[in-house]
This record gives sequence, C-alpha cells and structure tokens, in this order.
Amino acid sequence: MTSMAILTIFILSVFVGFEVVSKVSTTLHTPLMSGANAIHGIILIGAILVAAEAKTTLETTLAILAVVLATINMVGGFVVTDRMLEMFKGKGGKK
Amino acid sequence: MNSNLYALIGLGVAVSFIMALKGLSAPKTARRGNLIGAFGATVATVIVFFDPAIEEGHNTLLIIGAIAFGVIVGVPAARKIQMTQMPQLVALFNGVGGGAAALVAIVEYLNLGDGASFGEVLATVFTVLVGSVSFSGSVITFLKLQELMTTRPVVFPGGRFVIAATLAGALGTSGWVIASGGTTPLLVLAGLSLLFGVLFVLPVGGADVPIVISLLNAFTGLTVAASGYVLQSTLLIVAGTLVGASGTILTRKMAEAMGRSLFGTLFGAFTAKPQAASEAGEVRPVKSGSPDDVAILLNYAQRVVIVPGFGLAVAQAQHTVRELADLLAEKGVEVAYGIHPVAGRMPGHMNVLLAEANVPYEQLVEMEEINPTFPQTDVVLVVGANDVVNPAAKTTPGCPIYGMPILDVASAGNVIFLKRSMRPGFAGIENDLLYDAKTTLLFGDAKDSLTKVVNALKAL
Repeated sequence: MTSMAILTIFILSVFVGFEVVSKVSTTLHTPLMSGANAIHGIILIGAILVAAEAKTTLETTLAILAVVLATINMVGGFVVTDRMLEMFKGKGGKK
Repeated sequence: MNSNLYALIGLGVAVSFIMALKGLSAPKTARRGNLIGAFGATVATVIVFFDPAIEEGHNTLLIIGAIAFGVIVGVPAARKIQMTQMPQLVALFNGVGGGAAALVAIVEYLNLGDGASFGEVLATVFTVLVGSVSFSGSVITFLKLQELMTTRPVVFPGGRFVIAATLAGALGTSGWVIASGGTTPLLVLAGLSLLFGVLFVLPVGGADVPIVISLLNAFTGLTVAASGYVLQSTLLIVAGTLVGASGTILTRKMAEAMGRSLFGTLFGAFTAKPQAASEAGEVRPVKSGSPDDVAILLNYAQRVVIVPGFGLAVAQAQHTVRELADLLAEKGVEVAYGIHPVAGRMPGHMNVLLAEANVPYEQLVEMEEINPTFPQTDVVLVVGANDVVNPAAKTTPGCPIYGMPILDVASAGNVIFLKRSMRPGFAGIENDLLYDAKTTLLFGDAKDSLTKVVNALKAL
C-alpha cells in the first residue's frame, strides 16, 4: 500500500469516527465507550499475524501474550457492553 | 485465500465497525450495533488465519490455545462482574488492549530487524509509547475505582517535575530508537512509558477518572491504527482510527457534561499542587435523624426527588430504592429520580443501575429538566451521592469541581442525605450542604438505611 493511500484511509476514517458518534445521548456514553473499547480489541488480528510469523522464542512468547491480552479486550469488551445494554431492553422507544 | 477476497472481507468488517458505533449512539439500535461489531470481529479473527501475507504459518495451535485462554478469562469476568464494578472492568479491558498493541509493535520490530523503514520505526515508537501509557494508566484507574488504592488525587512534592522528566525521558528515548535502532532502547522506552502512565493518572482524582478512561480508550485506538500501518492491514487502520476519533469526541462530550476542561484534565498532572488537607479540621454540628424521622418527612411530602449516587451502586440498593419509591407512589406522593449525567463513576452509570431494578424510564429525569422543579419539591432524598449536589461547584472558585453543573437540591424544602460517614465524596471536597439547617443525615449503608425507612413507612 502506498503512503498516500494509507493517509487517505486514515483521514477519511477520522471523519467517519467523528460523524458516527456526534449525536450520542448522555445515557449511552458508557456503553458507547465500552463498545469502542471492544472494537480496538481487533488488535487481536495484528497479534495473530505477528505470532504466525514469529521466529525466536522471545518473539513467540511476546506475540502469544499479545494474543491473550487482545482476546480478553475484544471478547470481554463485547460481552460487557451487551450486558450493559441488556438493562435497557424493553424500555427503549421512548427517547 | 485469494488476496482480493481477503481484502473484501476485511472491508466488510470495517463497515460492520462503523455500523456498530453508529448503532451504539441511539438507545433503540444500541444492542444490535454491539452485536454487529462482535460479529465483524469474529469474522476478522477467523479469516486472519488465511491472510495471504502469512507465508508459512507458525504456532497455529499455540495461537488458538491463547485465544481460548483469553476467552476463558475474559467472558466470565464480563459476565459475573457486578454492575457497580463495570467502569473498572472497562478500564482494565482497555489497558490490556493497549498492552497488546505495544507487544505487537515490539514483536514486529524484532521481526523486521534492520529492514524497518523510517515510517515503520516511527509508528512502532508511537505504538510502544502510547500503548504502554494506556496499559499502566488503565491499571491505575482500575486500582482507583476498585478502591484498592486511594481515590484521591495522589500528589507528591516535586511530582510535576518527576512527571515532566519521565515524559522528556520517554520522548528522548523515542529519538534514540529512531536514530540508532535496536532492541534495548525500545525496551527502555516501554519501561519509561509504563512509568509515565502511572504518574500521569496518579494525580487525577474524583470526577475526572471517567474522562481519563475515555481518553486512554481513544489512545489505544490510535495505537491500533499505527500497528495497522506497520502490519499493512487496512482493517486495523480503519478500526483503530474510528475508535481514536470517536473516543476523542466522546471524551470531549463527557468533559463538557461535567463542566471540566479537557485541557485541565489532561495537564492536571503538571499543574496539580498538593492541596491543603481541606478545612475539614473544624467540627461542625450536623443534624442526624432516625429512619422514622425520614419516613415521616417522606410520608407527608407532596413531591419527592431521589438523587442516586455511587453509594447506591456500592450498596446494591437499586431494588430497595425502587421499593421505597413504589411505596411512596401508593401513598400518593409524586416521585422522580434526579439523574446527574456523571453520578456514579461513569456517565450513564445510574441509568444502567436503575434500569436493572426496572425503574420506569419516565421517572428518570435528567439534570436540566429536574433542576427547575426543586423549589416545588418537598423532600430530596440523596442516596449515596455527594459531589453532584455539592454547592461548592458554584460557590467556591478553585475547588476541584468548580464549574461542574450540579443538581440544585438546596432549593428544595428538605434534604435527606443517606451516607456511610461524614467522609467527603470521591472528589474529596467538603460539602457545606451537609451542615445546612434543612438537611437531615441518616448514617449507614444505603441499603440498610433504605430498608429501615421502608419498614418505618409501612408501619405509619
């Protein structure tokens, strides 16, 4: 990928990121933060990529540790967000 | 896998994340949004094993084992956690994400060796620095929220020079890595960044902790984007940037909701001075009442507003408070809940908690709407809240919560505080309202106190 293409993707993503959350209500600040938190757990695929290419023991150890941490972030993040939102079910539609 | 197909699926996952964030911004679509995100993440995790960039995959079984282990740790933690402890769990999840990003950057750097381009080294340095700060900073916020350490700002003499020196050291080491390369400076950088994360969060106290969690969350997003640059993964760039950008907006919104300046929070570490141990030394008389007194006050009121705070969450008193509210409603008392946007330890914390106890959504009134009604309110029942009703936010310039919008409970006829002790709130500021003539204090655990009041009310 060229640097220019990466920069383009980056800048456009910044604007999308700004735009999608611009109208969030106060009530949802916490679940939104938690959901965004789960999304950055996608570093898991980065961890898997480096673990698959790791050659030395040190690299492998660190990469596997990264896989564990990233999985906790991603899976735990989505589950905890769902639990928060479960509390709102059946009461939506008024706001 | 065909590389075009692989890229196409990656694009689909990126779109699912955009839809997830969009969905999470509205109550109706929030849960679905989260599930879309989770689905996208799962797809991404499965197909990454078929990434055409992996020439000969090592460690596949080990990786799957590590994922299984992460699931075994993460899911029960998220399932079993008490609603009250959710903020610190989110902080912890964010921290491990930042740690993972830093580790990925370190491994990739070791792997690339001297072949790393200038841009790659720059992105690596950024990820290691910010990821480590996010990790150690989140761990400290976790310890603070879990009350495993003091919740007050920790400030020591000369602290800001130590912090500034650590930051300068970390930035200097970054320069060293970029200039000469090598593993040692990178590990020194990680160490200094971890230390900076600790020092950066220590002086943050009270109401600012949620803002810091949100900020560190945005930081972690940016490290993921930088990793995406090094690993040539569009998905990581898009997902990380989305979180970074939306997290920044969210942090600013939270700061606004609390009437704090983001700048002040960010650089609080550099400006915080050791505070005089407040004027709490003097002993002032307070009026404390019995559960019966409280029950009588409530029984003869026309309108009661309940203001919940973190004490309610700690005592798990949301069901008892609802019982009390129902009982009052039966007796013809008008009951509403006054919800401060940052009551508890996270914005929206009280809404989640009361929703769990099936409190009708219409009874939860936001601050702007409830404030004008306090003069027509006979009794305000403050359940384990303090800073969000502290008039010092209006009257005492220079106090840590000055400028934060508060619930004007002082304009109501009577104020009842359910408190564990005279200890000041999370922000560590004395509350003059406690000494006001119209204030009655009922000491004890919020749930016990409420149960006693409910029984007293039934006996009336």
